[in-house]
Amino acid sequence: MKEQEEIEKEYTVLTFAEYEEGLRNGKLLGLRCASCGGITCHPMPVCQWCGGRSLERMELSGEGELATFTVIRVPPEGFEDDAPYIPCLVKTKEGPCVAGRLDYDAEQATQELIGKRVRMNGSYTYKGDKYSGGAHTCPVFEVVK
Amino acid sequence: MRDIAIIGIGHTKFGRASKTSLELFSEAALQSIDDAGVDLKDIEALFQGAALPGFEEGQVTPPGFSAAELNLCPIPATRYEGACASASIAIREAAMWVASGVYDMVIAGGVEKALLMGTLFATRTFAMACHAPTEGPVGLTFPGVFAMAARQYSRNYEIRIEKLREKMAHVSVKNHRHGALNPLAQFYKKLGDLKVEDVINSRLVADPLTLLDCCPFSDGAAAIVLCAAEKARKYTDDPVYILGTGQGSGGSLSKMADLTKPVSRINSARMAFKHAGLGPSDIDILELHDCFTIAELIALECMGFFDWGEAADATVEGQTDLGGKIPTNMSGGLIGKGHPIGATGASQVYWLVKQMRGEAPKGNQIDPVPEYGMTDTLGGDFGTLCHIILGRTKK
Repeated sequence: MKEQEEIEKEYTVLTFAEYEEGLRNGKLLGLRCASCGGITCHPMPVCQWCGGRSLERMELSGEGELATFTVIRVPPEGFEDDAPYIPCLVKTKEGPCVAGRLDYDAEQATQELIGKRVRMNGSYTYKGDKYSGGAHTCPVFEVVK
Repeated sequence: MRDIAIIGIGHTKFGRASKTSLELFSEAALQSIDDAGVDLKDIEALFQGAALPGFEEGQVTPPGFSAAELNLCPIPATRYEGACASASIAIREAAMWVASGVYDMVIAGGVEKALLMGTLFATRTFAMACHAPTEGPVGLTFPGVFAMAARQYSRNYEIRIEKLREKMAHVSVKNHRHGALNPLAQFYKKLGDLKVEDVINSRLVADPLTLLDCCPFSDGAAAIVLCAAEKARKYTDDPVYILGTGQGSGGSLSKMADLTKPVSRINSARMAFKHAGLGPSDIDILELHDCFTIAELIALECMGFFDWGEAADATVEGQTDLGGKIPTNMSGGLIGKGHPIGATGASQVYWLVKQMRGEAPKGNQIDPVPEYGMTDTLGGDFGTLCHIILGRTKK
């Protein structure tokens, strides 16, 4: 019996595939830790703040502050048609930072954007290449006017 | 644990190589063995850094073949992969095995052929050292990660981005000046009289970083022979001792709020200082991971050589050049010397040993000969960090 329980025990509360599906549906999903109350995003098997193992699914607001960004002029193979584009790092209201794309005119993106309030307004799915393990999705953020 | 000495060093010319990775590593290895005055038969294990050999030459498990090329089989030969810090963690592991008493003499180093991949594919494969699930679809690149760090540096310390670009450019000017004097550097006799304006006006790669803020893609190899310190004097009059090492790991950018203060780097440097029983004020020279100009500033601060936000002005004032507070990257660093990623950590150790022997190229040698030196090597977007402290005398 014990062996069967061990085989069936689920360690992943929110899978990455479910997280990405959430992004494609306009939701930024994460995990709340029962020990410290911290929010983990993207999903990880234990709390990103305290390592706690009692996690439950939650939805983040998708709002936060633009921590930093850049404009990619020399893209990697597979992103030639996207350039110039704007990767960004967003400090969410709930705590964790999230990497995504910024929906903004690349030629107008200047340092003053940093610190601005942003919110998730969609997602971007890269079709993937031979090495990416299929397609992957990231959040897209817009600057709140 | 026993003390460890470096008794031999080898380094190929960095740049574009027509030879295979196996040939490059063999050349660096044989050079290190000749330099040590030991025989191949004395080598008991091989530790090799290699980051992307599968993508460069369709080769995995290269160290076994390297051992075979050197007729070292069947000794254990192991690959260490920590992206751009691969050779440093290979050397750290090698040092641990010798310190533990399992081996008396080993060879450690690294090799890479990144230049042959071309910019588009090399940028793709280097980006594999970012967190693939979350940073992959974003299309993040390594210049992109450090461009984001530069923007945070600008904001944190209220330095206007145009002003910061000028300050960062001084790193490129300094490192190219020293790289141009280094016969093994990719840019030997090139870009030695670079001006700040040249850096600022070169092509934007990832805003605000330009091409001359970035290190190049490179081919090359470097290797060292390590042995138990008590036996070092048998082989050489000027052994260099590994006094301390540190290593740290980071994670995806989602675990970081401030790219200018990576915990992995801070902790790794502190671990190395603690291990060596030394502090930043004891160190005479640095070879650190200037993959981008801003990266040098961040590293100097994380390692404790300057307070937060002060490395930029210190660089402009010449405090990181010859005669300054802490001469940094007198080999040319990654920017001037080149960055064959799997070999870089071994190259950094090679140039510190050269400095400690007083054999660095004219114009790059610090005077007096340094007593203590330190390397800093970064793999991925702060995913793997390694520091190695070297000294001319045992602890």
